[in-house]
Amino acid sequence: MSLTVQDMAVVKGLWAKIASKADDIGAEALGRMLTVYPQTKTYFSHWSDLSPGSAPVKKHGKTIMGAVSDAVSKIDDLPAALSQLSELHASKLRVDPANFKILAHNIIVVVAMLFPADFTPEVHMSLDKFLQNLAWCLAERYR
Amino acid sequence: MVEWTEEERSFIQEIFSKIKYEDVGPKSLCRALIVYPWTQRYFAHFGNLYNEDAIMGNPEVARHGAVVLHGLDAAVKNMDNIKSNYAELGELHSEKLHVDPDNFKLMADCITVVIATQMRASFTPAMQAAWYKFLSVVVSALSRQYH
Repeated sequence: MSLTVQDMAVVKGLWAKIASKADDIGAEALGRMLTVYPQTKTYFSHWSDLSPGSAPVKKHGKTIMGAVSDAVSKIDDLPAALSQLSELHASKLRVDPANFKILAHNIIVVVAMLFPADFTPEVHMSLDKFLQNLAWCLAERYR
Repeated sequence: MVEWTEEERSFIQEIFSKIKYEDVGPKSLCRALIVYPWTQRYFAHFGNLYNEDAIMGNPEVARHGAVVLHGLDAAVKNMDNIKSNYAELGELHSEKLHVDPDNFKLMADCITVVIATQMRASFTPAMQAAWYKFLSVVVSALSRQYH
């Protein structure tokens, strides 16, 4: 399900509205993922505090959303944009790719909560496609 | 047997007290048909689903959205017997409607997103966890009859 020109425009348009809250969105989405899908906590056993709003969650949420925002700016060539991150996830982090879908869902829930009027079904679809493509590129180097 | 904490039970009741079936149901089904267009395969008899406007204005979609959400009534009213209460509906979806059970998850996600747009910050992580658990139990009960 490749991104159409329309999808790219919609995602960029959404990002223009939400970019200022990217850090909060990242932290909130990560916190929710860890709470609602506790199996994801297995990747963060080295953190002191996994609760929503904790320092490690906020910091890491910001890191993740920073990478997502960067991908939006390079939406025309996601494979190239994510090549290094894919290498990191494949060789070092080895996060099961099923979890990318889970995080994507939580990003979507948080965007829906914070921007209900902007998050129409059409925008939802394009963001869902974008995150799916992002996940695909992230898993590119896995095998 | 699914174990529910008192907090989880109260979260589920709270969510249902805040949502309107005739609003959340149609919005959720519209969202599923638009975000996951392959789900339209089950609704060819609803007429015009050609684009987002057509789907959102389609009275059959609206009517059916409310029906689907009311389908959760049995679960809310008796959270300790979800598995047995959904045996019949599960069989209907499998034997008569031939719905791929993966679609139940897609619908559940859309209901969650619509609730998020309405409840906003009051849809806390703990509430989302209880809600996800509740919908997972319903989806599991509906999916049991497939063979």
